[in-house]
Amino acid sequence: MEIFGIPLQAFLGQLMLGLVNGAFYAMLSLGLAVIFGLLDIVNFAHGALYMVGAFVAWILMDKWGISYWWALLLAPLAVGILGALIERLFLKRLYGLDPLYGLLLTFGLALILEGVFRKQYGVSGQAYPVPDLLSGASNLGFMILPNYRAWVVVASIAVCLATWFLIERTRLGAYLRAGTENAKLVQAFGVNVPLMVTLTYGAGAALAGLAGVLAAPIIQVTPLMGSNLIIVVFAVVVIGGMGSIMGSVITGLLLGVVEGFTRVFYPEASNIVVFVIMAIVLMVRPAGLFGKEA
Amino acid sequence: MKLKTIVAALAVGFAAGGAFAQAQTGPVRIGFITDMSSLYADIDGPAGAEMIKWAIEDFGGKVLNRPIEFLSADHQNKADVAASKAREWIDNQNLAMLVGGTSSGTALAMAGVTKEKHRPYISIGAGSARLTNEDCSPYTVHYAYDTVALAKVGAGALVKAGAKKWYFLTADYAFGQSLEADASKVVKENGGTVVGSVKHPLNASDFSSFLLQAQGSKADILALANAGGDTINAMKAAKEFGITKSMKVAGLLVFINDVHSIGVANAEGLQLADSWYWNQDDESRKFAKRFFEKYKRMPSSLQAADYSAVTNYLKAVQKLGTTDADKVMAELKSMKYNDFYQKNGQVRADGRMMHEMYLFQVKSAKDSNTPWDYYKLVAKVPAEQAFTTVAESKCSLLKK
Repeated sequence: MEIFGIPLQAFLGQLMLGLVNGAFYAMLSLGLAVIFGLLDIVNFAHGALYMVGAFVAWILMDKWGISYWWALLLAPLAVGILGALIERLFLKRLYGLDPLYGLLLTFGLALILEGVFRKQYGVSGQAYPVPDLLSGASNLGFMILPNYRAWVVVASIAVCLATWFLIERTRLGAYLRAGTENAKLVQAFGVNVPLMVTLTYGAGAALAGLAGVLAAPIIQVTPLMGSNLIIVVFAVVVIGGMGSIMGSVITGLLLGVVEGFTRVFYPEASNIVVFVIMAIVLMVRPAGLFGKEA
Repeated sequence: MKLKTIVAALAVGFAAGGAFAQAQTGPVRIGFITDMSSLYADIDGPAGAEMIKWAIEDFGGKVLNRPIEFLSADHQNKADVAASKAREWIDNQNLAMLVGGTSSGTALAMAGVTKEKHRPYISIGAGSARLTNEDCSPYTVHYAYDTVALAKVGAGALVKAGAKKWYFLTADYAFGQSLEADASKVVKENGGTVVGSVKHPLNASDFSSFLLQAQGSKADILALANAGGDTINAMKAAKEFGITKSMKVAGLLVFINDVHSIGVANAEGLQLADSWYWNQDDESRKFAKRFFEKYKRMPSSLQAADYSAVTNYLKAVQKLGTTDADKVMAELKSMKYNDFYQKNGQVRADGRMMHEMYLFQVKSAKDSNTPWDYYKLVAKVPAEQAFTTVAESKCSLLKK
């Protein structure tokens, strides 16, 4: 049996791999969407924070032998704190100004973070082993799927759903959304809005850090890993609709799959297919697939 | 009419006088353009620039009683950036000689500029054999290695050892294409077949899709015609997806930094071709020790070649008493090269540095005694067998 001229086995295999990559895109774009949707910051430091997350995990292992499972908790925490600091020290001063300032500031921060790690660790990258519990691979019949990659899909979908639930379905989420709509009013109800904003940025950063830890065993931990990914992730957010949380998750998964298939049919185009889709989507729906028309 | 003539004469006089004055006094400028920040920055990059500075310092910092000045720049793996930087240095800074780092696209662009502007150009880390073949130039020296040597030494050894069915995973730019073509030729000449290939974009982060296709090909060798971070990530994914169980993965261009990064346990048994290894003799170890003290890692063959190339260039200039490009090129092509990097090296008329190449095998973790002790020498391959032969060459400079 063949689908679009490729054997079913290969088709299913590529679909699976696309989902794995899509899970990364989804998680990273989710963090971006949260930060943009709630704070109106175009966070160009997101890729760098993802890279820092992976490096924190690697350093924890290399220096103190701390396991992957602890890193999964500690690294996002560390990146979250770094994010909160960034918000307090820099971004706080930019609210009310043109969002372009925030974009430039976070872009600069990304370059600095990347430069610091490049100076310290070089670009070849550090190896982070797959945790024992998840090593090995399962034969799915149509392909050999490394257990670790299956775990990544499950973990990121769980995180995405939890984040969506938190923001759209809980009281805390309601405060957040209200606070960013009308800070003065919400403050009058006794909610500490600036703290909430700091924590939101921190949480967005922590999501990036978590994606970094999940990525560490798959690719080499290198200072370049964030900048390699960030442009694609931005495209995902734009296609999904800036700020739409569900939009970025679904688009992330879809684009991972589309990119995977492009690698089969026309590998040379796999790096740009996302941007082609972005251009088409923006022509038809300028607010993105799930965005609200302004 | 008369005024016009006078103005023209003055202009000519100024131009000539200016060039003359600049050429004979003022600093001798050596420029270096390489990948300083991206995927090849560890195998050459800032440490490669430092090696050139060391070469200049060790030479005394002066030649022909003029100070030697060093310029370096990051080409970001973009040919247009490399070409415009080279042009700017030659036009505005009166650059005496250009050293090119990694990345074939940039190297071919710089070779074009230096050919047009008549400046010696020593290309160290770029792989494409086109530099001394189809696109050869009287001003280019290709120093460390090239794709033909990688194919003949690395791929050749594997075919002879029984790997007959090949599948290529190729970086989609000048270097990858050269390497795939050169290696395919060697495979076929030795009785093997190429069952397929897939091209991936430079600096691809995910190789799983490509590897799945390779797995479906039923080849017995998966040849990686890429380098640096791409090779590392492809190897890592190959192991993760169990491809190493059914196919042998061969890196056609692997540097010691890559082996270190993958980890000796993952790279064990890998065969690779290179022009130099830090642990090959006492002189090399001495150089490597100095490097290690500064960088806490061992130098790549390219970084050793950076030092060697600039030192030998300065020797040529010293001997000739001039930086004149044509005279220097003639000297570079007639002198013998003997240093820690190579023995009896010689630059052929096409610009190819002819020196011995080596086939190494990565040791097992238990055989690796000291840090960075990764390679076991398998074979020494004489220059004539490693590089493009005169008969094979398409370079007009070789065929008079």
